[in-house]
Amino acid sequence: MDAATERELLDFVAHEARLIDARRYDEWLALFADEGRYWVPLMGEAQDEGAAHNALADEDRMLLTLRIERLKSPRAHSQHPPSRCQHVLQQPVLVQADDDAQRYELRTPFVYVESRGERQLMLAGTVRHRLVRRAGSLRIELKRVDLLDAGAALPAIQLFP
Amino acid sequence: MKISRADVAALVQVDRVHRDLYLSPELFALEQRHFFANTWNYLGHTSQVPAPGDYLAVEIAGRPLLMVRQPDGGIRVLYNRCAHKGTQLVSDACGNTGKFFRCPYHAWTYKLDGSPLAIPLKSGYEGTRLKECESGQGMTALQHVAVYRDFVFVKLADAGPDFESYFGEALRAIDNLVDRSPLGRLRIEGGVLRNVIHCNWKMYLENINDTVHPMSTHESATSAANGLWKDQPADAPKPMAMEQILPFGAGYDFFDRMGGRVLPNGHSVLGVNFSIHSGYAALPDYEAAMREAHGEERAAEILQRSPQNALCFPSLALKGSPQAIRVIRPLAVDRTLVEAWSFRAEGAPDLLFERAMTYNRLVFSPMSVVAHDDVHLFESIQQGLRAQGNPWISLHRGFEARELDQAEQTVSGTNELLMRNQFRAWARFMTLTMQD
Ligand code: FES
Ligand SMILES: [Fe+2]
Repeated sequence: MDAATERELLDFVAHEARLIDARRYDEWLALFADEGRYWVPLMGEAQDEGAAHNALADEDRMLLTLRIERLKSPRAHSQHPPSRCQHVLQQPVLVQADDDAQRYELRTPFVYVESRGERQLMLAGTVRHRLVRRAGSLRIELKRVDLLDAGAALPAIQLFP
Repeated sequence: MKISRADVAALVQVDRVHRDLYLSPELFALEQRHFFANTWNYLGHTSQVPAPGDYLAVEIAGRPLLMVRQPDGGIRVLYNRCAHKGTQLVSDACGNTGKFFRCPYHAWTYKLDGSPLAIPLKSGYEGTRLKECESGQGMTALQHVAVYRDFVFVKLADAGPDFESYFGEALRAIDNLVDRSPLGRLRIEGGVLRNVIHCNWKMYLENINDTVHPMSTHESATSAANGLWKDQPADAPKPMAMEQILPFGAGYDFFDRMGGRVLPNGHSVLGVNFSIHSGYAALPDYEAAMREAHGEERAAEILQRSPQNALCFPSLALKGSPQAIRVIRPLAVDRTLVEAWSFRAEGAPDLLFERAMTYNRLVFSPMSVVAHDDVHLFESIQQGLRAQGNPWISLHRGFEARELDQAEQTVSGTNELLMRNQFRAWARFMTLTMQD
């Protein structure tokens, strides 16, 4: 792989997190491929992709749109005051690259802080991006978020780790 | 300050309850000691401990318990406490202990039923009173354990009604869930969604029976869902998520007509006529298998009945149609653990299990789009009740004096009788074993 593509992939991961932190959700959603999926498995890293096991979130574009539209509603009571979040990412590691098919997978350890009013919630984990190039631009086929404590008793997580 | 029986009774009036029920740490401590000891609480499902030596560790009312599968296939519940000095025999939430328990501290060992097996340096106990002491008897087993169609319940105290008379008709909700399997067997699968909510547990329990809130509480989620779905033709097949979220937006009239039923001892069924779960797509092959297994009449009865919630007071809420349960575990006066489990009905299509998991994920996950607004409001109540001026929580809706003489009753789905019924049972089991 050439250095420019590698740079582009790393930038993509950083940009994706930045859009969420900046609450630019519509732009964020536009990064997903049509069949794109946002998945937070309940067993974290230990969960097989095909396993019939539940998830904290498992959303296609329709459900992500619902989530984003809901956040815009003045009647989203749990958003008074609004939640804010901050992703702190490590340098992504490219774990798979198929230059011919233009498909790539990256792993990025992160710390995620979500705050609302006086309360703060911190989550740690690793995000896996499965990216594919469509019409010249990278798109998310799968954003898999493996939380360190996915199975723990958790308070409400309102945004997007 | 010492709280007397009369003090407790005064907090629950016929049509309102006092805020101290949600705020007082002293009352919470009394609940742990009396209320949760005198009532039958859900512990777990036997499918979680399939093989001999399998255990499940659960804390109920602050007591660490172990459900253990015995060599003969039976179920026992032991206190997770070493007879020697109190070490917990296991510290994983579940696992297999093999043929015996071995304490990690000084290596006392116990059979799977808790009876003593061996002690190192045994001769050192000769001539001592160990045999007569509780410590010589092994791990303490709970006396009041009931396994009903693989649902395991315990009662910590000797007081209070026996299992059948405690639950009575409420057990039909478990039957409805289990009989959705043509083989009459369920398995817990797919993991558990665990939520910590900063509110008193009773608030969560009331909300299980509250149909007046969805219109206003869930407006953000339902209007977003409606917005996404409105341009679809009326007969467009709904994705499962839409099938499950859209009905939250049903109007007051819908919830009114769904009907609610109260039963003795705090139990209730919401949605006796129909519910937000009634409209799921039909599955002809499965329905045929059900008729085959249960007969025409019983199959129709099971499948047509899809209450919104059935409450086995105080710890278990069931949904027959999405095959899911919620378990309510109070942690502190202002902190509650809520677990959502999914069931696979043996012999039923995978789709039913997916409905259970999808419903739990959409509605009861810490990342749910529906629950955030509920949770915010529970936590808001917990703060709001500290206000001065009005110490009462209103439960007046639909109150009629004659309801006090009727232990079982069916009313409109929006009647707060279902909540009054919970509090009447609360007062009863709370004061049952209190002195004076
Ligand atoms: S505490 Fe268990 S053997 Fe000593
Ligand atoms: Fe609700």
